[in-house]
Amino acid sequence: MSKKRIIVVGNGMVGHNFINTLATSENSSEFELVTFSEEPRLAYDRVQLSKYFSGYTAADLALTTADDYERQGVVFTLNDKVVAINSHEKTITTASGRKEGYDKLVLATGSYPFVPPIPGKDQDHCLVYRTIEDLEAISASAAVSKTGVVVGGGLLGLEAANALKQAGLETHVVEFAPRLMAVQLDEGGGQLLRRKIEDLGVTVHTEKNTKEIVVGQECRYRMNFADGSFLETDMILFSAGIRPQDELARQFGLDLGERGGIVINDYCQTSDEDIYAIGECALWDNKIFGLVAPGYQMAKVSAAHIVSSLITHEEPALAFKGADMSTKLKLLGVDVASIGDAHGHTAGSQSYVFNDDIAEVYKRLIVSADGKKLLGAVLVGEAEAYGTLLQLMLNDMDIPGNPAALILPAVDGEASVGLGVAALPETAQICSCFDVTKGDLAAAVQGGCCTMGDIKDATKASTGCGGCSALVKQVMDAELVALGVEVNNNLCEHFAYTRAELADIIRVKGYTTFAQVLQGHGKGHGCEICKPTVGSVLASFHNEYILKDEHIGLQDTNDIFLGNMQKDGTYSIVPRIAGGEITPDKLIVLGEIAKEYDLYTKITGGQRIDLFGAQLHELPQIWERLVAAGFETGHAYGKSLRTVKSCVGSTWCRYGVLDSVSMAIALENRYKGLRAPHKIKFAVSGCTRECAEAQSKDIGVIATEKGWNLYVCGNGGMRPRHADLFATELDDETLIKTIDRVLMFYVRTADRLQRTSVWMENLEGGLDYLREVVVDDKLGICSELEDAMTRVVSTYQCEWKTTLENPEKLKRFQHFINADEDDSNLLYVRERGQRRPATATERIELVNLSSVQN
Amino acid sequence: MTLLNTLNNAQEQSQDKWNTVCLLDDIAPDTGVCALYQGEQVALFRIGDSDQVFAISNYDPLGEANVLSRGIVGSVGERLVVASPLYKQHYDLATGECLEDSDLLLKTYRVRVVEQQVLLG
Repeated sequence: MSKKRIIVVGNGMVGHNFINTLATSENSSEFELVTFSEEPRLAYDRVQLSKYFSGYTAADLALTTADDYERQGVVFTLNDKVVAINSHEKTITTASGRKEGYDKLVLATGSYPFVPPIPGKDQDHCLVYRTIEDLEAISASAAVSKTGVVVGGGLLGLEAANALKQAGLETHVVEFAPRLMAVQLDEGGGQLLRRKIEDLGVTVHTEKNTKEIVVGQECRYRMNFADGSFLETDMILFSAGIRPQDELARQFGLDLGERGGIVINDYCQTSDEDIYAIGECALWDNKIFGLVAPGYQMAKVSAAHIVSSLITHEEPALAFKGADMSTKLKLLGVDVASIGDAHGHTAGSQSYVFNDDIAEVYKRLIVSADGKKLLGAVLVGEAEAYGTLLQLMLNDMDIPGNPAALILPAVDGEASVGLGVAALPETAQICSCFDVTKGDLAAAVQGGCCTMGDIKDATKASTGCGGCSALVKQVMDAELVALGVEVNNNLCEHFAYTRAELADIIRVKGYTTFAQVLQGHGKGHGCEICKPTVGSVLASFHNEYILKDEHIGLQDTNDIFLGNMQKDGTYSIVPRIAGGEITPDKLIVLGEIAKEYDLYTKITGGQRIDLFGAQLHELPQIWERLVAAGFETGHAYGKSLRTVKSCVGSTWCRYGVLDSVSMAIALENRYKGLRAPHKIKFAVSGCTRECAEAQSKDIGVIATEKGWNLYVCGNGGMRPRHADLFATELDDETLIKTIDRVLMFYVRTADRLQRTSVWMENLEGGLDYLREVVVDDKLGICSELEDAMTRVVSTYQCEWKTTLENPEKLKRFQHFINADEDDSNLLYVRERGQRRPATATERIELVNLSSVQN
Repeated sequence: MTLLNTLNNAQEQSQDKWNTVCLLDDIAPDTGVCALYQGEQVALFRIGDSDQVFAISNYDPLGEANVLSRGIVGSVGERLVVASPLYKQHYDLATGECLEDSDLLLKTYRVRVVEQQVLLG
């Protein structure tokens, strides 16, 4: 049977979601998926678009890549718009003249920004805010402007205002209605939002109807308002709502709504049963859904319907039943949420209002006439209750206790009234971005997930907007308890504590040896898990020589001989080459040593040189020479700072804006020797071309013309993770101070062998929380963290130099305690001019050969 | 030490030859060293800073390398063990048994400490 051909018109968030749903379904092999986009790139996250101005690149925003699509067998064409549909032949034609046949056609053409018909709107520097190309245009315009105006004070308008502010413009918002976010917020909420936004330096003008845009006197343009007032500005951004992109459907005879939108049924079919419409171009029950979650829901419904009508011929299991338009977001840093009937339109409804002018928090609950059910809510300034309130409303649950308690702040000693997750039905949707229900989460936990990281991988819950993360964790924990799983975070059989707890104990009690910790808080004799863990924590806080008698038994395979053990028991040697910068003289020394000891030599990924195959007794001899030549240990063997990779930066590069090499060397020398829960890698790039690949590192630093941008918690390797942008435009001093705090907080709180990326994923509150701790000093521990780091920096020693000065310690560096012989088990063959350990087969041949010769 | 043990030791000493391989102080507390004994590589482990010493083969049969003396000494339940520095399997110091695979049994050696000398026999 030939594959069924599905053509998807438009590759926005919803179109992509549809493709991904079919491509990862069990019937994926039955379909050939083809998509066309008029944009020059594949789907990206439009919800996060304003992050483009805080340093995110198009790649950061991308939802997929050409490679991903190729792997999934998705055929895609960019920059080519579908311009005609022939529903009799079942073909489409593109602008470039391509004609393609389909079995089912899916219109995911999205929407376009509505620009009010104001005279003068089509001039240069009058722009819209929808695509990455729009942002590029805004960026270019902002570079030659001082003042910017956003027309429209809705959700998108305020996002756009944020973008202009980040671009450094004096920013104004002009709104026709009497308040901001008139659709989602009531009078009180709108007023507080306005006040908070004006505090941030954005001027808000409400009840302004723009009559015309003319040449200005102070600025490029002057906007004349109907009430006779005016505002001067250099650029104008229109964000006055969206209109469904239904042009194609209009031309080729599909039914449309009176005010636009492609009419669909509960299965997302248009008036032609083989043509579907999903997302913002679709009109269901005379409503357009301008949020991404309902769009994803339509993608799911239409995909299921296509599978059932073409493949399984069963009754479709899913139908679109409308969507809740509740929303929670951060606008210009202000938490805003709107749930259900935010305006209290329901007959007989009553409301509770909490207004705190000092803390700038406004909350309003709309409840049913009998006071038992929650109908809606508005939250501004603080929206932590969003998850709870939304669940109460969606599941039509009775409000527990006094409704007022839901919005009153917690009094000291009493937990604020929450919603027991046990009360939620299995069908309660916890993550609206990916439609994950409580039942889905429970199933994932039953399938073995027991950390937030596992849950995110398995269900995608909380990987979209992240608004549901606290609730997801509660559901997970409750389910674990229900399963009788005692959440056992014990380090090992000897300690009933996590690494973070042990670190606290060691810090507070001031312990300096493993024996003290074991005696006070453990049992048995210790093991290969708790000993290195405690050894590392002691080293993080006290930074003593790790081969001291009381510490030596704690050191893991590599630390105990200050080298990296290879498969045959020999070691590799990695001297520190800070920032990857090395003099020719030092290179020659490395070459001479490698040649003399016949060491296999390889360049590492961290811009240094690894010398393999040194036997125990050779390590001190080799290091004697290295230390004499000015090398230090590279800690390649330790769970500690490895390297700070750098590009050549402004000293040589035509594009470099700051001296990345000097910064990399300074950072490497500052943090070298810091023992941590796992290895730590840095990189510093001299400009946004990012040649040092800093965004794949635990700590990444990228130069901009205004200072350093700091990224944290990235990872390459087994589970790659893009680092999160943490702080921008820092000077040298602030950069180092911030890194000090982040690293020491990681050292104190991470689990054993937990890289920063996983630490971040499991950190409750995530990036925002880390920022609160490190930047806002929420816990009041920043100076303590800095002091702790200063102590580590000031007590640094090269462990190899110290070892060479201790003849007692050197006695251990020989294979036999009672003989000078080498390990007879070592056998090598030569390959490409260097030696390597013999394979099992080669060993047999070599041994036979030598016995024949003997 | 009981009378019986003393007798046994005396008999052993008379029947076998005990050889000093190193000093007790050569083995840092809770670590191991490797000694060459009658052509074989023997891993010696000292428990804490006591004079309790164990001796097993230095060859890690799973990692196929002579490295066990460089593992971490610890306990699993009541048993004293060393964890292989290569792939972390545990070997019982008293019996040589691999805890992860009880079919694997390492050779053990008789060991005693007399006047700060470590002897194999």
